[in-house]
Amino acid sequence: MSREILIPNAVNKLVQDAMYGRASRRDLIKRGSALGLSGALMGSILRFSSVGAQSATPEAQAAGWSITKPAWLDVDLSGVELSAVLASDGVGAPFDQAVCDFFAEQTGATVNYIKGAESATDRLTYYTQTLNAEASDFDIFQVDVIWPGILKVHAQDLSAAADELAGDGANFFERILTNNRIGDTLVSIPMYTDAGCLYTRTDLLEKYGVAAPTTWAELETAAAAIAEGEVGEGNDAFVGFTFQAAAYEGLTCNALEWVYSNGGGTFIEADGTVSVNSDQAKAAIERAMGWVGGIAPSAVTTYKEEDSRGIWQGGNSAFHRNWPYVYGISAAADSDLQGKFSMGLLPKGDGDGADNAATLGGWNMMVSKYSKNVDAATVFAKYMCSAEVQKARSIERSLNPTIVEVYQDPDVLAANPYISELFPIFDGGSVARPSGVSADLYNEVSTAVFTTVNELLAGQQNDVSAALDDLAGQLEDIMQDV
Amino acid sequence: MATNTTTAAPRKVSKFSAPPTKAGRSIERLGWVLILPTVLVVLGIAIYPLVESFRLSFTNYRSSRPDRWRYVGFDNYRDLFSDEVFHKALWNTIIFTVTSVAAETILGMIVALTIHSAFKGRGVVRTSMLVPWAIPTVVSSMLWGWMLNDSYGIVNKTLVGMGFDRFHKFSWVGDPGTALMSIVAVDVWKTTPFMALLLLAGLQVIPDDVYEASRVDGASKWQQFWQITLPLLKPALLVALVFRTLAAFRVFDIIFVMNSYNTSTISVSVYAHRELMNNQRIGYGSAIAVVIFLCIAFLVVLYTRMIKVEET
Repeated sequence: MSREILIPNAVNKLVQDAMYGRASRRDLIKRGSALGLSGALMGSILRFSSVGAQSATPEAQAAGWSITKPAWLDVDLSGVELSAVLASDGVGAPFDQAVCDFFAEQTGATVNYIKGAESATDRLTYYTQTLNAEASDFDIFQVDVIWPGILKVHAQDLSAAADELAGDGANFFERILTNNRIGDTLVSIPMYTDAGCLYTRTDLLEKYGVAAPTTWAELETAAAAIAEGEVGEGNDAFVGFTFQAAAYEGLTCNALEWVYSNGGGTFIEADGTVSVNSDQAKAAIERAMGWVGGIAPSAVTTYKEEDSRGIWQGGNSAFHRNWPYVYGISAAADSDLQGKFSMGLLPKGDGDGADNAATLGGWNMMVSKYSKNVDAATVFAKYMCSAEVQKARSIERSLNPTIVEVYQDPDVLAANPYISELFPIFDGGSVARPSGVSADLYNEVSTAVFTTVNELLAGQQNDVSAALDDLAGQLEDIMQDV
Repeated sequence: MATNTTTAAPRKVSKFSAPPTKAGRSIERLGWVLILPTVLVVLGIAIYPLVESFRLSFTNYRSSRPDRWRYVGFDNYRDLFSDEVFHKALWNTIIFTVTSVAAETILGMIVALTIHSAFKGRGVVRTSMLVPWAIPTVVSSMLWGWMLNDSYGIVNKTLVGMGFDRFHKFSWVGDPGTALMSIVAVDVWKTTPFMALLLLAGLQVIPDDVYEASRVDGASKWQQFWQITLPLLKPALLVALVFRTLAAFRVFDIIFVMNSYNTSTISVSVYAHRELMNNQRIGYGSAIAVVIFLCIAFLVVLYTRMIKVEET
């Protein structure tokens, strides 16, 4: 590694600047990593800087960041060394570095921040290889919402940590917590979250005198009426509804929302029974087949997130299904949609047990069973998911908190006003993909689902009943290998 | 993909061996020492991965279960036999290969004959002709993806402007009827220049006096093409066909970028990627890779035979 080669003068200057408070914390981190300093050395330099900065921050706050110390974090972890796999080397890295440094500062532990792979597949491969060897290369690591089932055998139970946070008035959304619980074990703590939501052009609802739809049938009627009006006024490009239906993971997320919201279950239920060919599931997919080439463009079967957002962003879609990131872009000052839309829950179906559904995304903190400092690692995981750090993560990185109370925080609301509209989605509407029950074979389940649904939507297959019965057979075969 | 095609160039087997003297033997030894690095590199980067793929294709190895796998005999191949998506992928690949190579050959021939004849500005035309080939495939795939886009693509705008209303919001890649042919068209656009270049090289070695003699004998242009140009171009044409067929059979990037895993256009290589990378089924994916290898090997043998027949 080239990290050994240091430029002494530049390093000395950095240390001096740190000690005399001539540079902000963010500057120091930036300059330090540019010089290739090791995490440990940076930690000690930054501790110097906090000596200088102490008087300015009486209630323990990371200089240059909005990260504050949770009251319960009064533990001495001197001499303990922890390694955490967090954000990849990109926009998230400076924040995660600061969070680690602040923890080290407050507890005396040494925290090595390992940058995870950017691609989720590569990251999962790294985790499985290390953990299968029972190696203690890392103690804490962040996992995708569809991985708890894959990694459960390597996970430390974190129920107590979550209960302690709840006792301090930081309650996690129940549905998100459920996704992280396998049997009685809480294999990971929710760190930040994401869910599918419906974007609506409120100005057009008003123009055509249509009420905001709460069921898919109402959405169909409203979308058709608005599209007819807009096309009639000469906007040929206008369509009623856009979503994601290309043959990829995003279609699995969309289809789960249609099926679950129609009372059709989650393709595979928690006990392992395959439900993808239930009557409600068939009805839900059949309904979606009717949208293609009708209220939705026929090319929707090739759309991923950004293809569909292009149409919405151009003002050419009355309704749009996407993830929360679209809100910020649509509400931006240079957006034509500013003030003309709302974000909310996706509609319900009308089958038995119809309920709101928003497919859950997001990341969680897991503690490795093979860690040499399981207790300290658990404290770190608890800190990473605490209300204080989640608040900072929401303010600095616009990632959605998993704790109910953070949504009422005035600072968070000021930084991300749309967050109040997301609250009901996470609170009552989120539904998890069947990843817990299918464990490491989840991708196979998802591939089978999106392949069949895409063929049905694109008209490569037309008999929805036969196709979903066949899909059920495929899923049963896969489940036998779990 | 097309750039790293392996050549199956014909080779006369030499009967040479060093004379059985002391000097002769040392020359032979030196020969072995000199090619040793090459042999080692080939063993390391070609033979080893190939053997490993064969071995893995007889296992149920998954990258998520590195310590829970076993040999399953021919199970993976048996599953492939009844795998509908694999059948689709194989069929798509064959259609893609036949149609794209045929179209590229005919168009490439026309282009080569055109730029072979002398006309003003030939140099500029020759250079600009190569532009599609010079653009990386991923870039041209995205470019065409936008041009073929249903609502803001220039292709539909132009067609509707010309009065063909049925192309309003027509989804070229989404409609199962046009999806594969749209992708073939993009491949033809991209690869015709390469074909033309190879054929042009063949045209340039045909001596002019043959044409002169035929002109004296009163042959028409049409007769000249069928009786002189085509037979003399055959060796170059065969080499070009080998290159293109092998590359087309392994097509990956253009399909993956334009239509991901959609089964209306999935090719065997895209399917192997799906099973290996997305589903982490290393054993099953390796079986697909082995089948691709065997198909390519069959094509190579077929073409080498044809070239040999040509030579004798």
